[in-house]
Amino acid sequence: MKNEITLDRREVVAQILKQRGDTLVVTGLGSTCWDATAAGDDPRNFYVWGAMGGATMIGLGLALAQPTRRVLVITGDGEILMGLGSLATVAVQHPANLSIVVIDNERYGETGMQDTHTRSGVDLAGIAEAAGFPYSARVHTGQELQTLIPSLYTNDGPTFAAVKVMARSYPTVLPARDGTYLKNRFREAVLGKKAFE
Amino acid sequence: MGNKNTQSSVAWPGELFQVLKGANIRQVAYVPDAGHSRLIELCQADQQIKAVPLTTEEEGVAQLAGAWLGGERGALLMQSSGAGNCINMLAMASECRFPMLMLVTMRGEWGEFNPWQIPMGQNVQRVLEAIGVIVHQVDEAARVAETVNAAARLAFDTSRMVAVIISQRIIGFKDWNATQGTP
Repeated sequence: MKNEITLDRREVVAQILKQRGDTLVVTGLGSTCWDATAAGDDPRNFYVWGAMGGATMIGLGLALAQPTRRVLVITGDGEILMGLGSLATVAVQHPANLSIVVIDNERYGETGMQDTHTRSGVDLAGIAEAAGFPYSARVHTGQELQTLIPSLYTNDGPTFAAVKVMARSYPTVLPARDGTYLKNRFREAVLGKKAFE
Repeated sequence: MGNKNTQSSVAWPGELFQVLKGANIRQVAYVPDAGHSRLIELCQADQQIKAVPLTTEEEGVAQLAGAWLGGERGALLMQSSGAGNCINMLAMASECRFPMLMLVTMRGEWGEFNPWQIPMGQNVQRVLEAIGVIVHQVDEAARVAETVNAAARLAFDTSRMVAVIISQRIIGFKDWNATQGTP
């Protein structure tokens, strides 16, 4: 069962975001924040610098508010493990336009690369599937990744994917860190002038 | 529901619902509480409102942040025991100045007899204030609607976190002779 892990997280995130179109993106705290920034900053990215366990639910609120736009949450295994209940909450709402990708290195990258539960075999995609996600994928290879990417933007139902990536450290690429600025520029990108009415 | 409501207190959930409608609230996130049961039913039945049950209250804080990013207003309904669950997520709302309207029905306060409710119930206001939430307390049924109306204006017009704490005095004692009920 245990496949060798060869995917590079920065390349995975860059490849996913290359095909985003007008998708709205929420990142989890830590490495996925830096991955998305390294792939190219964009005002339609909301970088979460804290609020561990909250990325999925930020994505849900956004997906419910913008049902005609695609919403993509890119987060880490440690981040989503802190908010597993939110997978059940999302499945119950069944948003057609929300996809969640976990960049799973089986480590807490920001605190010294300690093992997360996925290192011991906890199967996040299985949890999402059991919660009721109609689409849930385990991705280990480049080929599986290429199959996954278009589905993130076209599936008609909540989509979950756990992408296994190598447990390597990368240079930190920081986006803006002021939360109010990140919020306002995101809202302006989505809502235009109405953002400030 | 085991609550001994007086005549005047029965109307407040309906009035509160009208306030939420008037404030253009489109997402209502909640962990069920007996005190909010009527309001939750009204929200579930409304075509314009997305009523979202949560597994834990902090999910609602994150959801309402996402709702605001997408241009919608939301409200979070919870029992006082849920306030503590929200604190780290509220740190995001504080840093980002997300408007946050929270309606908290109290336990561990007026006439409580479950001792396990006391430690959180007695500290709801100071815990919320410690993380930067503006707290309005209301202990008369007739003032619930006007207080929530003021709280909604404050939250959305000034991008602040505002909680309305609805006293157990309004909700009524829990009737422990009833056959059903949670602590």
